[in-house]
Amino acid sequence: MFRFLLLLMLFSLNSAYAAIDTYEFKDADKQARFHDLVADLRCPKCQNQNLADSNAAIAQDLRQKIYEMLDAERSNSEIIDYMVARYGDFVLYEPRFNSQNAILWLGPFVLLIAGLLVVIFLVRQRSKKNTSEDSSMALDAQQQKSLQKVLNKDKK
Amino acid sequence: MIPELGEFALILALGFSVILAIVPLYGAASLKTLWMEYAKPLAKAQFTFMLISFICLGYAFAQDDFSVQYVANHSNSQLPMQFKISAVWGGHEGSLLLWALILSGWTLAVSLFSKGLPLDMLARVLGVMGIIATGFISFLLWTSSPFLRYLPRYPTDGADLNPLLQDFGLIVHPPLLYMGYVGFSVAFAFAIAALLSGRLDAAWARWSRPWTNIAWAFLGAGITLGSWWAYYELGWGGWWFWDPVENASLMPWLVGTALMHSLAVTEKRGVFKSWTLLLAIFAFSLSLLGTFLVRSGVLTSVHAFASDPERGFFILVLLVLTIGGSLTLYAFKAPNVKSESSFGWLSREMLLLVNNVFLVVMAVTVLLGTLYPLLIDALGAGKISVGPPYFNALFVPIMGLMVICLGLSTAARWRDTSIENVKQQLMLPAMASLAIGVIFPFIYGDGFNIRVFIGMSLSLWIITTVAQEFKGKFRTSSSVVGKLKQLSPSYYGMMLAHIGVAVTAIGITLVSIYSEERDMRLAPGEVIELADYQFKFLGTKPVKGANYVADQATIEISLDGEKVVSLHPEKRRYNVKRSMMTEAAIDPGLFRDLYVALGEPLADGAWAVRVHYKPYVRWLWLGGLLMALGGILTVFDRRYRKNAKQQGVAHA
Amino acid sequence: MPRLLLFIPLALFGVLILFLWKGLSIDPRELPSALIDKPFPAFKVEALLQPERQLTTADLIGKPILVNVWATWCPSCRQEHNQLLRIAQENKIAIIGLNYKDNRQAATQWLTELGNPYQFNIYDESGMLGLDLGVYGAPETYLLDAQGIVRFRHVGVVTEQTWQELQAIMQSWGANKNV
Repeated sequence: MFRFLLLLMLFSLNSAYAAIDTYEFKDADKQARFHDLVADLRCPKCQNQNLADSNAAIAQDLRQKIYEMLDAERSNSEIIDYMVARYGDFVLYEPRFNSQNAILWLGPFVLLIAGLLVVIFLVRQRSKKNTSEDSSMALDAQQQKSLQKVLNKDKK
Repeated sequence: MIPELGEFALILALGFSVILAIVPLYGAASLKTLWMEYAKPLAKAQFTFMLISFICLGYAFAQDDFSVQYVANHSNSQLPMQFKISAVWGGHEGSLLLWALILSGWTLAVSLFSKGLPLDMLARVLGVMGIIATGFISFLLWTSSPFLRYLPRYPTDGADLNPLLQDFGLIVHPPLLYMGYVGFSVAFAFAIAALLSGRLDAAWARWSRPWTNIAWAFLGAGITLGSWWAYYELGWGGWWFWDPVENASLMPWLVGTALMHSLAVTEKRGVFKSWTLLLAIFAFSLSLLGTFLVRSGVLTSVHAFASDPERGFFILVLLVLTIGGSLTLYAFKAPNVKSESSFGWLSREMLLLVNNVFLVVMAVTVLLGTLYPLLIDALGAGKISVGPPYFNALFVPIMGLMVICLGLSTAARWRDTSIENVKQQLMLPAMASLAIGVIFPFIYGDGFNIRVFIGMSLSLWIITTVAQEFKGKFRTSSSVVGKLKQLSPSYYGMMLAHIGVAVTAIGITLVSIYSEERDMRLAPGEVIELADYQFKFLGTKPVKGANYVADQATIEISLDGEKVVSLHPEKRRYNVKRSMMTEAAIDPGLFRDLYVALGEPLADGAWAVRVHYKPYVRWLWLGGLLMALGGILTVFDRRYRKNAKQQGVAHA
Repeated sequence: MPRLLLFIPLALFGVLILFLWKGLSIDPRELPSALIDKPFPAFKVEALLQPERQLTTADLIGKPILVNVWATWCPSCRQEHNQLLRIAQENKIAIIGLNYKDNRQAATQWLTELGNPYQFNIYDESGMLGLDLGVYGAPETYLLDAQGIVRFRHVGVVTEQTWQELQAIMQSWGANKNV
């Protein structure tokens, strides 16, 4: 369902069809860079589309500009800086790594490490129990009983 | 008259859901059997009136009743009948009505298929679902009624359904997805019931598992279908855009995956109870959060759809009440029991726990990326975007780690496994998958490719370890057929789902690396070469559809001079909305798709044309379907029917 | 201690809700201009009505002005035109037009028919000045101070309310002589 809400919004911009350009590139490298750039830069006018997929007038202009800059032997970072100077960080689908975005880029890794540490802590705690199993088992005799029943059934 | 009847049925359904939210829960708290027994008939009554309400709206669409605002805005007399029906869920109000109908359907299903469930448990579960239904039906009636009229003067014809929605995929996609989202409400209700009653045993996990698995399967099938639809309908050849609306469906799916595995451990070994409860709450909470994100307009992807801030506020209140309430209950009543049983470093428990960590971190990554622009904006620090480069950079490596863990877990047993055992079982799969991973890019592509190597090795690692484990099942058995019959449906389901992960991973790897694409100006008679295929453009001709006119191109594709197929992409203009749409033409195949889309007409009968060569793209969705099928299969396990009954009796 | 850990999800959810609540009052489509507090980009472009006249950045400096980006293909521009005429009549600030990716003949006719609120119009036929300015769709309206520094941007139709907002900003300059 959610996807077609997206469509309603696409439709409202009248850009719900593929944007197809017919640029001729000097070499394959430029063509590949063009594809990467228009895929990773966001169309400022559209709701959530990259330059490649959008048919909005501004997206066409920006593609044209990128094509011209590539033709003029400008580097990717020059092109990106050019866009950011005019439209702000909003156009970057790959947010810059800076203090403002530190949580965004590092958060998942911190969480992953924290999660794995918790697992290690848990397993250490539980594998120790092997030696003093009886006392921990006694905690919940009723549950053990029903659990045992389940296990027995599965073995059958 | 009929729309008023629909509105009235909706009001009655609200009445029943309010009673359902109060009476059985009160009965369970005060041990009044009679009160608890009201749960089942109330669930039936609620469903009946939701269904009547839904049929009334469907009838209004079928009859072209444009005095109903919602019908006038989403249909047209020219629209083919099947799309008039699917237009019922083509906008905010009707889709919400479908949401509530499916919720009451799940409530009914729980009341019907719960013969072994103790009465107090059933009363609590249905009561909790009644609370959720109360929230959503109120939302419908107060802010989003689909039955409002244009009176006294109404339009003679409707504004038409968005042409992009006039498609088979979009008839089936929303109901499937909703079955998944809303299905997690059952696991959620079981978790809340467990917290309320304090009973959290293996039986509880056993009751929750089939509901969780089936909701997860629906959600997965819905996501898969959505991805496939975007691929053939949007004309960009993409299959996943990391758009907030897609992320909203991926997050509950990831957490639901974690929940399924954690429930398995809780059932078999009685551990991770608090964690399992939390996941059950999270899975449904993320479904609700997705609803908020999509309908409130806080994220760019959806803003044009929800112009009404009142709606956003209403859902936010619902979110606070349901999620906030359940997390508060969790904080006070979640079991704080120390471990009941022990497990070692190479136990299946530990590997499933690690898998849970990966899945949850993946879900959090998606959540963080989706909400980060909002957080930054709310702090007044400007507008930023988070898009595919971010998600791919973080999501893919974590997924790789998870896949390694998946293979390991096939060799591990409950409690503990010896290292020698694991080594012995996994050495061969490891060597085989690494070897094929190295060789594959040489044979298929034009030389070594590290990304293909990693992707293929990981996918093969799943397949080989699953196969190895399956083979191990026959070591002690003399009769192969006998053993095949003896293995449970849930075992086959698990295998199928894991193979599905591998198939999807192969698809993702190969289509992202070996895809080729060209945009060209083509005059009639001109040819493009792509991936050894020749695409010859033969010109366009006008065609006329039911409610559109189109330019239809003919493109003849040949391989080494031999004709493969003729494709007919179209550029359509829909009569009512006057909107243009590209209808891509695809020659599908198990190992490659050829994909052609028309752009703009240029001078002299030439057109801008885009052609794609998409290797193994079908594997993406094939894997998704295998996973869903696996999820469904587990439900047919005999023990869910027989043992649940005995367990129930034992506790009653 | 472990008991307290169980409150973590609730606390995180509380924080999330605060942000979502704040989010309801933010328009995610409203992009701030990247040129705020930066000089108007340098240009050398023909005037719309006098093609022989070359306009440059120097023409924008001296006193605060509004630069209104418009085009005949833009329906919202027609919608805001009367408001612009009213602002011009009030004579509190000069309005400069930036005719964006338009056709000279159509634009000239538009001004004859609907009235001309602009002191002069920059004829940005290629849209390259618009690109340098970070225009992403007409109509847009920029407020420049006397030094030609961009101080404010409004995207969309200029209404009476927008005009009040703009006046409030200009008054705050009066109070603060540094600008």
